[in-house]
Amino acid sequence: MPRKLRVRKHRVVLNRSAGGDAGITVMLIILGALMFLPMYYSIITSLKPLDELWLFPPRFYVENPTLKNYGDLFRLMSTSWVPFSRYIFNTVLITVAGTFGNLCLGSLAAYALSKIPFPGKKTMFQMIVLSLMFVSTITGIANFITFSALGLVDNLMAIILPACCSTLGLYLMKQFMDSSVSNEALESARLDGASEFRVFWSIAMPMVKPAWLTLIVYSFQGLWNTGASIYIHSEQLKTFNYAISQILSAGIIRAGASTAAMVIMMIVPVTVFIITQSNIIETMSSSGMKD
Amino acid sequence: MSQNTAVKEQKAKPVSRKDMTKAQWTWKEMKKHKAGYFMVAPFFILFFVFTVVPVFLSMILSFTSFNLLEMPKVVWLDNYVRLFLDDDIFLTAVQNTLIFAVFTGPISYLLSLFVAWFINELSPRMRAFVTLIFYAPSISGAMYSIFGILFSSDRYGYVNAFLIEYNFIDEPIQFFQNASYVMPLCILVALWTSLGVTFLSFIAGLQTVDASLYEAGAIDGIRNRWQELWYITLPTMKEQLMFGAVMSITGSFGFGGIVTALAGFPSVDYCAWTIMHHLEDYGGQRFEVGYSSAIATILFIMMITSNMLIKKLLSKVGQ
Repeated sequence: MPRKLRVRKHRVVLNRSAGGDAGITVMLIILGALMFLPMYYSIITSLKPLDELWLFPPRFYVENPTLKNYGDLFRLMSTSWVPFSRYIFNTVLITVAGTFGNLCLGSLAAYALSKIPFPGKKTMFQMIVLSLMFVSTITGIANFITFSALGLVDNLMAIILPACCSTLGLYLMKQFMDSSVSNEALESARLDGASEFRVFWSIAMPMVKPAWLTLIVYSFQGLWNTGASIYIHSEQLKTFNYAISQILSAGIIRAGASTAAMVIMMIVPVTVFIITQSNIIETMSSSGMKD
Repeated sequence: MSQNTAVKEQKAKPVSRKDMTKAQWTWKEMKKHKAGYFMVAPFFILFFVFTVVPVFLSMILSFTSFNLLEMPKVVWLDNYVRLFLDDDIFLTAVQNTLIFAVFTGPISYLLSLFVAWFINELSPRMRAFVTLIFYAPSISGAMYSIFGILFSSDRYGYVNAFLIEYNFIDEPIQFFQNASYVMPLCILVALWTSLGVTFLSFIAGLQTVDASLYEAGAIDGIRNRWQELWYITLPTMKEQLMFGAVMSITGSFGFGGIVTALAGFPSVDYCAWTIMHHLEDYGGQRFEVGYSSAIATILFIMMITSNMLIKKLLSKVGQ
């Protein structure tokens, strides 16, 4: 890294204009402010006491910050007829089970698609790439029929099973294995008599830690935000995000509790991203799509 | 890689590929690498059941009339005829979906590219921080609902308060009840949340461009950073540009949720009604399976076609 930096400085001397640098900095600050201010405003609003919430004109700062809105939020939620902990339990169950399933199935398949030259693997990978080109809403109705046939309507498995075969994580992991797991290491293990599964588990997997972290993060983010679903009717099977969206739908009347809810929903994925950022970027460096 | 193993195979056994028919060779390879099939099987069985089969099932069901209770009845093209000739709301939905896609897709793509490019030369720590600022909205769940509060129709909405305070307007604007504001606002919010996977992919792509290429470019007479971007950076990260395009296009068709949260279901005069909403309405609420399958099929074709077109277009970069 430090060596790369020195090269960069040298390059700046070569063909960077001061005007260009200034222009880019100004652009970045303006765009950054536009991105950040809505976030900031929700966080600030969630900390406002009642009299500051209804100030006219509204302010972009808070004088007497309070956590009362968060207390209100939990009071609001405990009045719902399903215990609030049930929503959280559902979300955690879906997220953990779906992510775990996606990780196990996805990394096995990614390894085989990347490192075992079996006939048909090209077609299979093309199908994966094709699946990145449309949103899953399209399959919703047909899946409803499948779930009715399997007796899985109004069952959390209807959320977990499709999540296990989500393709983005598999795609990224396969590409990462292509570029960062050397065939020589695998080949020598195979010559020593290791089974394909053994090679996968003890040689390939440890080498692609950034990729499985990325898969976990993407699966986690998708599932954590699971809201209302056409497959789930019972109130006691609904998710945390669904419960929150009920509060949000009251709009500005409950601005305090709503913003508190948004901040709580936001904190978990953002924290996860902060921790894993460097790994995700490393994985993305091999995300490229060949035609 | 497959050639390597093929070479070894030839050395190990006297039978070479030339002595076999293609089918024999394939069968031999299949048996030899059967572990591969076992490893992809669990994923692909689920993938077929929940993604591949549903796509085809929707296409088939789109030629039927089906309400989940009685047997499906074949009606051939009736659903499509009804969609395009009798369903004005669907035509509005197609129009809105295209407007959405045309605005959010390319703009978010270019925004991802340029922001990634702007921050490429910052120090790693600073770059990580700026990445977080730009990326956070795309992963922050329902945070976009804050725009409902910022643009609220009464005086307590921040934007209205600001406009009234400085005498631009006397009466608060009904942002989400006025058809001429709803679409632009929804596009704005969609853009706010759109710096996602594409953005990260570009950041990574820019980081992997070999620094010596830039040095060589400078010697070969590259004058400024624009030339550098066009002649060196973009051609080098072409594969990332392709992946980013796919993610952006797919994303740009899937913004239904934001519109519902901000403008309601349905939005005023269906002014921001998209194909996603139409699908939800007929599939998720009225259970007209045949009709909604036709909608899903049209949306599917739209997404795949635009992806293919862009792929063609991008393959020309640097040629």
